[in-house]
Amino acid sequence: MTEVSALANSADSLRSLRQARWTGLKTIIIREYGRIVRIWAQTIVPSAVTSALYFVIFGSLIGQRVGLMDGVPYMQYIAPGLIMMAVITNSYGNVVSSFFGAKFGKHVEEMLVAPLPNWIIILGYVGGGLLRGFLVGAAVTVVSLIFTKLTVHHVGVVLGAVVLTSMVFSLGGFINAQFAKNFDQVNWIPTFVLTPLTYFGGVFYSISLLPEWARHMSYANPILHMVNAFRYGFLGTSDVNVYVAFSIMLISAVALFSVALFFMNRGTGMRE
Amino acid sequence: MYALSIRGLTKTYKNGVQALKGVDLDVERGDFFALLGPNGAGKTTLIGILTSLVNKSSGTVSVFGHDIDRELEAAKACIGIVPQELNFNQFETPQTILVNQAGFYGIERALARERTEKYLSLLQLSDKRNKIARGLSGGMKRRLMIARALVHEPRLLILDEPTAGVDIEIRRSMWDFLREINARGTTIILTTHYLEEAETLCRNIAIINGGLIAERDRMSTLLRKLQAETFVLNLREAVDSVPQVPGYEFELIDDHTLEVEVSKEQSLNEVFAKLTEQGIGVLSMRNKVNRLEELFMKLVERKPGAGAIPS
Repeated sequence: MTEVSALANSADSLRSLRQARWTGLKTIIIREYGRIVRIWAQTIVPSAVTSALYFVIFGSLIGQRVGLMDGVPYMQYIAPGLIMMAVITNSYGNVVSSFFGAKFGKHVEEMLVAPLPNWIIILGYVGGGLLRGFLVGAAVTVVSLIFTKLTVHHVGVVLGAVVLTSMVFSLGGFINAQFAKNFDQVNWIPTFVLTPLTYFGGVFYSISLLPEWARHMSYANPILHMVNAFRYGFLGTSDVNVYVAFSIMLISAVALFSVALFFMNRGTGMRE
Repeated sequence: MYALSIRGLTKTYKNGVQALKGVDLDVERGDFFALLGPNGAGKTTLIGILTSLVNKSSGTVSVFGHDIDRELEAAKACIGIVPQELNFNQFETPQTILVNQAGFYGIERALARERTEKYLSLLQLSDKRNKIARGLSGGMKRRLMIARALVHEPRLLILDEPTAGVDIEIRRSMWDFLREINARGTTIILTTHYLEEAETLCRNIAIINGGLIAERDRMSTLLRKLQAETFVLNLREAVDSVPQVPGYEFELIDDHTLEVEVSKEQSLNEVFAKLTEQGIGVLSMRNKVNRLEELFMKLVERKPGAGAIPS
């Protein structure tokens, strides 16, 4: 009979409760992975193609005239930024489209009626966003290796930055999906917020090139910190303090998770 | 301990609509229970609260002793729901849908696959296990939702209009299946607009109207409360005028068909005897409407909260 029906205080029940939750979490992540793989032409390929175009145009054609940026060849300089850009847009896009799709198609109810705590549902979708971020990040890395040489200066910083950034934007996508009432509202934030912040987030340039006022404004852009922390992991060079960057990522992740959980518990956009 | 116990349940939506106005209801373990009511009576809101898809305004609900405010996960684990509207991912296969649903209920993948095969087979969907759900027929989609609701083997199965739009043959086979799982111990709550379905399957019944329970009784007891039934008589030979029988009101529908209302105190034998005296032979007879339908109409036409109909 029901696997989690006996939720008493005994150690056995607690173990089975944990086991049930873990199974639920795995199920959401496996389902998300299945979705990513099933529609790979929409989920994986576009970012790899776009990044290849960036490398050809900005790296090979324009980059040769730019020369060095922060002491490294321009092509090499933009590679971490392009990888991070793909991670950001895909983590966000995966969660917002998948969770909104589940709301729109009503199959989110499959999870809502099940004995899954709301935090598990959020973590499951974040897991899906992380998976897509990793897969696309890996694909863009492979593309970038065709055009330039990448050495890892600090593997922990690379992994930490990519995990935290992916988490932050997965959670952002989740909150967007909670409030979205139609597909237009799913696209607003990526188009009008994420894309400008990413382009002004130091993907293609060092903020040392900017006038002082613009440099100060750029510090308020969280993506600048994420991109630079990631770049530091590869090249050992950064426009920002890496500790500050990680603090921003960590605080953002915790804050966004709390917001997402608050609205899940209230049933915003799902329960009346 | 009841399978379901509800006390003082109210729900007021943000737009001010008061869908439930203080519902009290108990459903016994192992029961096959009908929850009936006209559109907008509060059935779907009530089911929504039981399945956590609607937030209640006040009141208490407990499922097999688990209060939904204090032990929501335990209460949810006891329930399987077949909703009125299709709510599975139309781009997934029945197999994936069931395995995932089992996973959401904490069932490990190996067992989930085993259960999936079992319920796909019981609902005659085995050969469709790897088809995209969007391509299934209406009846298959309904059966898929029943299989999905059962894959974690719930103690309480709630079916909201499970046979809507399903042809008679499939409906009958679904009835047999539901009787079987009820006989094996699963408590079932059924809402339906096919009152014949409720009368055939259910032992107990509640009628909800205007956000309140208008009637709650055993099906047989409730049907006995019906004061009068209307019968349609098919005549052997044509008649050209309405027969005059003291105490009975006949209506001539056409030259071969009569309608008569017979109260609880009267007898059909007497009707036949009087007609025979007048040389009118009856070939066959049927209820004008389903008995439960007649009772239902009488109940919902009264103002909510006006009290039970007299026994």
